[in-house]
Amino acid sequence: MTEPDLLLEARGIGKSFLGIAALDGVDFTLGRGEIHALLGENGAGKSTLIKILTGVYTRDQGAMRLDGTDVAPASVADAQSLGIGTVYQEVNLLENLTVAENLFLGRQPRRFGVINRAEMRRRSIALLARYGLNIDVDALLSSYSVAIRQIIAIARAVDLSGKVLVLDEPTASLDAHEVDMLFDVLRRLRQDGLGIIIITHFLNQVYAVADRVTVLRNGRLVGTRELADLPRLELISMMLGRELQHITGERHVQDESIAKGEAPIRFSGYGKRGSIAPFDLDIRPGEVVGIAGLLGSGRTETAFLLFGIDRADSGSATIDGRPVTLSSPEAAIANGFGFAPEERKTDGIIGDFSVADNIALALQARQGWAKPISSREKAALAASYIKSLDIRPADAERPIKFLSGGNQQKAVLARWLATEPRLLILDEPTRGIDIGAHAEILKMIERLCADGMSLIVISSELEELTAVAHRVIVLADRRHVAELSGEQVTADNIMQAIAAPTRTEAA
Amino acid sequence: MIHTRNLPFVTTLGIFVIAYALCFLQFPNMLSTRVIGNLLTDNAFLGIAAVGMTFVILSGGIDLSIGSVIAFTSVFVAVMVGSLGVHPLVAFLAVLVISTVFGSLMGAMIRYLGIPPFVVTLAGMFLARGAAYLISTQSVPISHEVIDAIQGFYFRFPGGGRLTALAMLMLLVFIVGAFIAGRTRFGANVYAIGGNLQSAELMGVSIGSTTIGIYALSGFLSGLAGIAYTLYTSSGYSLATVGVELDAIAAVVIGGTLLTGGVGLVAGTFVGVLIQGLIQTYIVFDGTLSSWWTKIVIGILLFVFIVLQRGIIWLSNRRLAEARLKEV
Repeated sequence: MTEPDLLLEARGIGKSFLGIAALDGVDFTLGRGEIHALLGENGAGKSTLIKILTGVYTRDQGAMRLDGTDVAPASVADAQSLGIGTVYQEVNLLENLTVAENLFLGRQPRRFGVINRAEMRRRSIALLARYGLNIDVDALLSSYSVAIRQIIAIARAVDLSGKVLVLDEPTASLDAHEVDMLFDVLRRLRQDGLGIIIITHFLNQVYAVADRVTVLRNGRLVGTRELADLPRLELISMMLGRELQHITGERHVQDESIAKGEAPIRFSGYGKRGSIAPFDLDIRPGEVVGIAGLLGSGRTETAFLLFGIDRADSGSATIDGRPVTLSSPEAAIANGFGFAPEERKTDGIIGDFSVADNIALALQARQGWAKPISSREKAALAASYIKSLDIRPADAERPIKFLSGGNQQKAVLARWLATEPRLLILDEPTRGIDIGAHAEILKMIERLCADGMSLIVISSELEELTAVAHRVIVLADRRHVAELSGEQVTADNIMQAIAAPTRTEAA
Repeated sequence: MIHTRNLPFVTTLGIFVIAYALCFLQFPNMLSTRVIGNLLTDNAFLGIAAVGMTFVILSGGIDLSIGSVIAFTSVFVAVMVGSLGVHPLVAFLAVLVISTVFGSLMGAMIRYLGIPPFVVTLAGMFLARGAAYLISTQSVPISHEVIDAIQGFYFRFPGGGRLTALAMLMLLVFIVGAFIAGRTRFGANVYAIGGNLQSAELMGVSIGSTTIGIYALSGFLSGLAGIAYTLYTSSGYSLATVGVELDAIAAVVIGGTLLTGGVGLVAGTFVGVLIQGLIQTYIVFDGTLSSWWTKIVIGILLFVFIVLQRGIIWLSNRRLAEARLKEV
């Protein structure tokens, strides 16, 4: 497929929100009878591009041609009537309706204005038969597995639109067998000449089903390539935005000896089915453990497990040789853990609360609600952290939502520092903050570990990990696949470890 | 096999039949056509209003204005006909238009201003009640040959029972309501919105027109229930029917409709109304029980049904999980 028979052609697509560019001059082409994977980390612009193609957003710049005619879908319904249908990962069909009702909602066959149920049933059975599904169409959708629901959603979308099918993470909650079933359906649709765009985090699946891949990073096009002659390692370096030969890993870590010696915090065989495979993890005082991996590899799942947001169903945790149960964040906090989540705006801060209130939250939770922190203590606490972390503007009473991302992140850090944790977990601590604040946060991480605190830093910025981490754990396919320490901690090695075919043993 | 979806309805029906059988064993007269005829007539206005409430709850909403709209309607009709000498049919038509417009305005506010139905219809409740007081605070008697004719019209059952015009009106409303819910696109859209608003929108359901339609229908049926109430009591009184919306909600939930929306049947609401009527009839027959027992039994039944619904959801989830395990 050198020059594909173009079905959809988008050139120079640009879109910005509040003056910040989410997409900048992105080209995207889709051929007839092609499965095209769209890849990129969080915030790369994948979903913005998809939303423009499917009429959820309107583009600011660029041109879009479908079947050779210029189009500008203004709504989902508009895109549908043009021939572009979408299947979303979660929000999809209606569980409280039957399969047939789902397939024909809004376009039920009618006789004299009355829904013709017999006809609807007949047409549903015929429609699903084309996908090799022979199920009771009068049963509720909720009685079928997610995989079957996906195929029903695809059947509806294709029947409605018929030219382009967009699948947003269709395999996220499917098992291997179900994924195969779904891919068979996609291959059949490809034969029928449909253009299919698939968004997924699983590289194995990309290679298994897609013809070409387009990689976005930071709202820009990195490239569109044929998968047949694209090595895995090169694809990963496209996604992470590094050319292997250009990596200049600048390491700040001074004292490598810290990574030896007794570890007071130990997790062994710790895992949760369907979330992350059991892993061993030892953390020593003054050590920074980095966690690397692509989106969806189990990074956040690991953090959730360690902090007790998810409950482990295997393994054990010991602190100072004493077994502990981390069944809730409350229990984790009581054991001296802190966690600054990735989704700062939704999970990390309470926007309408003042900076001081946000800082005092975790300390208050640790003390229990029976012993309120007095407003004088709170003010003193806030003042000291605003000074030591240089939070700007230095106004403790300002609602935190009016602060910049970097300053919000500092306030979140201050909240945990106030509880004097022994282990602090930071999930993407530098996401969405400017370069200056970025450097300050990294410096702070170094200072904290110099003071003897243990830190776990999850990041998709490889240079961030190589800069601060004593050890880096590499994740792939929801499994800890490698552990690098000392001299081994280089961006090159991390990428090699991600790219390596799934291993069961840590390197 | 019974659809899990219809299990609450089947349970309600079973409870009704068993309860009726128990009543019959104690008071054999309770199975007479006379009692059944009265049961239908006495609950006609509640039944009509409950059909509207069924649509509202199916869509995941709530309508608290029903009782007030009924009171407003009855006072409005009584004053128009009794004091101003307007022809009853004209007054009926006028009040139906008013209540329908009132309902659609509430629907529009819910959709376009994004205010929760609870708040909007609470405001509507006060507004309609206030308007009723404004018209008259007295109980206004009503008398007109057309009204007498409607009140005097009935079919006689064997055994002396009467199927009155009011009972027939209620049965008609239930039949038409069941048809709209089950066999029209509007009905399908109501279920879709109640299932998941966001999904329904992405699947192309017009949320705006459907929401307005739902509350307009509820307004219309409240107006119709008000007319039925006026005919039933031959008067209009602004203090009447306080809390009828709660009885309607109870009938809908006991009838097997999920309070979170998306699942339920109009026929279930019919049984729900009958169960409430049955309890009241039993208390009348017994003669020694306080009428508050009605409330207590309704309260217990509501608890039972809410627990039952939770149980069904839990059961079907587990069944699904087991089915998945088997597939692997």
